[in-house]
Amino acid sequence: MKLQISHETMYRYGRPIRNLVQSLRLTPSVFEGQKTHAWQIDVSGGIRGPGFRDGAGDWIEGWTVRGPVDQVTVRIYGRIDTRDMAGVLRGHREMIHPLTYLRDTSSTQPDDALRDLAGSVTGHADELDLAHRLSALISDRIAYRPGVTGTGTTAAEALAQGEGVCQDHTHALIAAARLRQLPARYVSGYLHSTVDGQAHDAAHAWAEIRVEGLGWVGFDAANRCCPDDRYVRLGSGLDAADAAPIRGVAMGSGSEELDVSVRVEEMAQ
Amino acid sequence: MTCYNEMFEGDRVREPYARLREWVETMPDDFRQMKQAEAEALFRRIGITFAVYGEGGDPDRLIPFDMMPRVFEQAEWRRLERGIKQRARALNAFLRDVYGRGEIIRAGRIPARLVYQNAAYEKAVVGFVPPRGVYSHIIGIDLVRTAKNEFYVLEDNCRTPSGVSYMLENREIMMRMFPQLFRGNRIEPVDQYPELLRRTLESVAPAKCSERPTCVILTPGHYNSAYYEHSFLANLMGVELVEGQDLFVDGEFCYMRTTTGPRRVDVIYRRIDDLFLDPLCFRPDSMLGVPGLMDVYRSGGVSICSAPGAGVADDKAIYTFVPDMVRFYLGEEPILNNVQTWTLWKDDDYRYVMEHLPELVVKEVHGSGGYGMLVGPKSTKEEVEAFRAKIMANPSNYIAQPTLALSTCPTFVEDGIAPRHVDLRPFCLCGDRIELVPGGLTRVALREGSLVVNSSQGGGVKDTWVLSE
Repeated sequence: MKLQISHETMYRYGRPIRNLVQSLRLTPSVFEGQKTHAWQIDVSGGIRGPGFRDGAGDWIEGWTVRGPVDQVTVRIYGRIDTRDMAGVLRGHREMIHPLTYLRDTSSTQPDDALRDLAGSVTGHADELDLAHRLSALISDRIAYRPGVTGTGTTAAEALAQGEGVCQDHTHALIAAARLRQLPARYVSGYLHSTVDGQAHDAAHAWAEIRVEGLGWVGFDAANRCCPDDRYVRLGSGLDAADAAPIRGVAMGSGSEELDVSVRVEEMAQ
Repeated sequence: MTCYNEMFEGDRVREPYARLREWVETMPDDFRQMKQAEAEALFRRIGITFAVYGEGGDPDRLIPFDMMPRVFEQAEWRRLERGIKQRARALNAFLRDVYGRGEIIRAGRIPARLVYQNAAYEKAVVGFVPPRGVYSHIIGIDLVRTAKNEFYVLEDNCRTPSGVSYMLENREIMMRMFPQLFRGNRIEPVDQYPELLRRTLESVAPAKCSERPTCVILTPGHYNSAYYEHSFLANLMGVELVEGQDLFVDGEFCYMRTTTGPRRVDVIYRRIDDLFLDPLCFRPDSMLGVPGLMDVYRSGGVSICSAPGAGVADDKAIYTFVPDMVRFYLGEEPILNNVQTWTLWKDDDYRYVMEHLPELVVKEVHGSGGYGMLVGPKSTKEEVEAFRAKIMANPSNYIAQPTLALSTCPTFVEDGIAPRHVDLRPFCLCGDRIELVPGGLTRVALREGSLVVNSSQGGGVKDTWVLSE
């Protein structure tokens, strides 16, 4: 697909802030499923800092806003060609050893329920089959329902609650895969539309699981599928916080309000 | 247990201690007591009251200073020096390797799991090579001696080892109190350490730095038990002592706030842990670090000493492989011995340890400071059994080692001198060169027969002499 993406994140501060420092993981990954034609990052009033590709293959860009300002907007605009790779992350250059992704964080710490769930899959043909079946189980056990979980909800809490959003599905699937000794990670990105053709207007997240023979394969338990050409991959981490597209800290003591708008549209041929 | 007495061989005094014996034996009791009180007063006045790395305890407590120096002769020291430098080179080669291609793991010499699933292995710096390929710039290697030429490494400290201020202060105090001792003995100096440290830090400035590098020491603040050492070193090196809030990131670089405006910082000797360095990369709630610092670091705008992630080299599980590192990276045989170590998460080791518990020393994998450890031969049956229960509850939390016959040094006690067990922490500097000042921190177990030298467990410190030719 030829996709056009515009993504705006607007921060409004109750009192002016100074010295905002951000670390942005907001540039599409380089692999066979994606070809980026144009990509612009702009932070209002900001200075572009260091840019580099990290060991996970993600492009990281630092920005600073000296301020004082009471509003900052991070704007992304880009065009990208995507191909359906059936979820396989082929041709992606990275240096981090897969075993590093067996490590749990506080968001993916398993409890008995997760252990039971992960252990319940038996008789699978191979690792890929195991990963598919874990993903299907998570889809069955956690219903998609926005607004009932928060950014701090853990995998165990989401499973206990039985509902959540893509972050919760992803954390639960990562925890389950790691319990079966499959390296797993959190991927952040964009999604053009869901399977039923409905437009999706938020940043999206899914899991990648490392399977024998294929390498990293994406699983979107929230949508019961593997990423295809409707998906745009930005970067990865051990959990949502580690893979966050925007991380920032500012000097200031007031409140902060956030407005996000994401548009992922198919361009006319 | 028979152990090596560093001063006496039977009745004969070993060569390096010959002059000291005379000094001790002609010293009147009241003079000694007066000097001991004077030493204590001096330590209090300079305010050197802090715990050695990770020992915890009361930060304002004075660590007892023993006036009887520990002495190495030139040949002994040279051999030790070669061993320490060799180990330092191997540890840095290992760090460069595991954050790169991982050849030692591909070669099957170290299990992948031990490195990549290690809590100290830092994913964020994989693929980034710091200036000169050096990750650990100050390595404190804890050594014990069991015979004339037999030294064992107890542990490596590759992150931010402390205690070097004791090495410097102990010498300073000895020279002030007993100047005549230093006239009669040819003792190699240690006071060049701050200068060498500064040179080492400057030598790893990033390529983007074109003038004389600006170095700073980053401290977590005055509540830290080693704060005294941070300010002491900053003073002696002539660099600024800063806290996280004194630094900020702007564009591609890191700056320090000064009264005359921002000044770019090239090298940060940090005395805070990885997790607190940068809330954008590590713990988001950390107030001690500098937001955005890791991005500046990873793009070559600033150097951080030691490099984030260096801790994977001094982990207790990795420790057992250091001799293999020496062979693998340097193609040399290790000069210093490792202590045989049983890892209790292995079934065979577990069985052996449980059968031999009263003979062994058992430590927590992530413990330090002499807490939570069992010294089998020095423990009662009840203590051994209580510890056995702790091990059974969580075997993978422990390692075991044979009880080493730590060497003894003469130490002042109530009525004259008596042998007490000692260890040694020398401080190896790694930059464009590898440097080691002739000396280190000698810790002494002041209680008779005790093998635990940690200050929190009744340990003291001594000046450490290396005699020149």
